[in-house]
Amino acid sequence: MSRLAFVQAKVITLHQAAQMAELHRLKNQKIAFTNGNTQFDENGVQYIVNPYDEWYALVRALELKEAQGGNVTIITVGTTADDAVIRKALAIGADDAIRIDAPATDAYFVAMQIAEYAKGKGFDLILTGKETIDYNGSQVAGMIAEALALPYISIATKLDVAGSTISCEREIVGGMQEVELQAPAVISCAKGMAEQRIPNMRGIMAARTKPLNVVAPVAIDALTSYASYSMPAAKSSVKLIDPNNLDELVTLLHNEAKVI
Amino acid sequence: MNLVYINSTNGLSKAALETVTYAKKLGGDVAVVTNGAADSATLATLGNYGASVVLQDNSLDGQDHGQLVQLVAAAAQKVGAQTIIFSHDLIGKAVAPRLSVRLKAGLVAGAVALPEANGNIKVNVFSGKAFGYVQVKSAQRIISLLPNSIQPENNTTSCSVEAFSAQAGASAIKVLATKKPEGAIPLPEAELVVSAGRGLKGPENWGIVEDLANALGAATACSRPVADIGWRPHHEHVGQTGVAIRPNLYIAAGISGAIQHLAGVNGSKVIVVINTDAEAPFFKAADYGIVGDAFEILPRFTEAVKKFKAAQH
Ligand SMILES: Cc1cc2nc3c(=O)[nH]c(=O)nc-3n(C[C@H](O)[C@H](O)[C@H](O)COP(=O)(O)OP(=O)(O)OC[C@H]3O[C@@H](n4cnc5c(N)ncnc54)[C@H](O)[C@@H]3O)c2cc1C
Ligand SMILES: Nc1ncnc2c1ncn2[C@@H]1O[C@H](COP(=O)(O)O)[C@@H](O)[C@H]1O
Repeated sequence: MSRLAFVQAKVITLHQAAQMAELHRLKNQKIAFTNGNTQFDENGVQYIVNPYDEWYALVRALELKEAQGGNVTIITVGTTADDAVIRKALAIGADDAIRIDAPATDAYFVAMQIAEYAKGKGFDLILTGKETIDYNGSQVAGMIAEALALPYISIATKLDVAGSTISCEREIVGGMQEVELQAPAVISCAKGMAEQRIPNMRGIMAARTKPLNVVAPVAIDALTSYASYSMPAAKSSVKLIDPNNLDELVTLLHNEAKVI
Repeated sequence: MNLVYINSTNGLSKAALETVTYAKKLGGDVAVVTNGAADSATLATLGNYGASVVLQDNSLDGQDHGQLVQLVAAAAQKVGAQTIIFSHDLIGKAVAPRLSVRLKAGLVAGAVALPEANGNIKVNVFSGKAFGYVQVKSAQRIISLLPNSIQPENNTTSCSVEAFSAQAGASAIKVLATKKPEGAIPLPEAELVVSAGRGLKGPENWGIVEDLANALGAATACSRPVADIGWRPHHEHVGQTGVAIRPNLYIAAGISGAIQHLAGVNGSKVIVVINTDAEAPFFKAADYGIVGDAFEILPRFTEAVKKFKAAQH
């Protein structure tokens, strides 16, 4: 293997303080929308690297590089606002980064930009996270695979490479499966594949001088958009049941909740 | 025409009936495409939910999702499908995005409802903490439906089963081994789930969890630390980093209710929480709560369920 491409996204989470407040509000978390519920309210939002991308795809790519050599490139479709999370991934150990300079409008747009860039570059493996934790689409990896006509393993929990043979464990409905395929391929990565790494001071210093190349996007029209958002209805407060009267609970589950 | 892909290799799952029902409710005729060797009498029962034709390719085992993309694309062309529907399960997640690129058709991933009057479709975003309404800009569209978002509904239609071949080529994926626990209800499909966390103290205590699950006919699940320490298998771990489920009933015993756990279960219709600590955050997300010791409550709950079931017969 000579080149490993690692695809990563900027995603969002809330400030630590907001998370503390959330603990008490649970279902009504501090996610908010503005402009008549058409835009995500970025107020008080802190951006992190999507955990699936960082903990699993990136770290496994680095482990493979350490064992077998190669190069790990990060590709992000995004704006200058993404540079901070890209630098973090470089600090963890990626070699270089590409940012395709456009807001990530929909999964199709993102995937086509990445595929267009990756075309003909000789990447052996394109690794993505299993999904983004904000929009949870699980779409981008499959779209890249189709655009590049590559085989695709969705939601892999183990990844090994020997020569050009890739072996994976993947989730299937109600179980797991071990599969083998030939590189190049696209793999979406989930828990089990690697352990999270914390960037150290040396990595952070080194990341400052690693190349972060900004390239122009190609002309692609998004196929979908989010027209608006809404929040789930507030949960009515919990009905407490006498621990000595489980018959009452069963009756309520049958007559009131109608779930048994 | 609406086209539904279903996986029928293990018979007709509830998810299959849900997707056919959804397609029928969109309006117009419903065609189904499937791989695997299910017998045609079984497949024809999809007519009870509104399908008028089932196209079956019994030569594909479905392990290479690329072949399924080819199969569904060929079927879509044959029937002139405007909308193509998948279940948002592990196969749908792998196949639908590829089909979206192949057909240049916008994908609504993880729909939870029928389209609104303006055509926009509701999906979960932010790990179930909010909803988004997706507008599709292309003429053809693909929808993958989150399991348990709609109940199967009868709509008797005469239905024929036809052999169909997509010439999908050789599989690029070699399957070396498949590990599936025998007889267990797959968690993402389960309508009733009994789950337990660190409050159960050790793997040897899971008997009382399984007893309740058996009495209800429920699947079992667990919190992440429980899977991480190895008390329970990883495929039972629900939450942000595990499986996301939306059963009708989720019973959580000895689970504190951390945000990352809730992210995987807050789509449940009804939540019952059993915890010794009245201040446990999970109670704020619960419909019914019992402040008490799981070691006492679970066996009593099991007895009450058995009594109820016996009285029903
Ligand atoms: C990025 C990230 C992702 C995560 N993803 C997930 C995820 O996907 N899923 C997940 O579950 N967690 C996840 N976690 C972990 C999560 O934050 C919590 O730590 C975890 O859910 C706690 O598990 P628990 O409730 O079983 O254990 P604890 O928090 O230890 O809670 C045990 C509970 O049992 C109660 N209890 C004790 N004894 C009894 C008894 N005898 N009877 C009844 N109740 C009793 C206690 O009062 C307590 O509330 C994640 C964490 C992070 C940081
Ligand atoms: N804007 C983006 N730039 C680069 N990669 C992305 C972007 N968005 C999503 N991805 C990748 O695609 C994966 C799945 O994203 P999604 O389909 O949105 O759930 C993520 O885990 C990332 O690896």
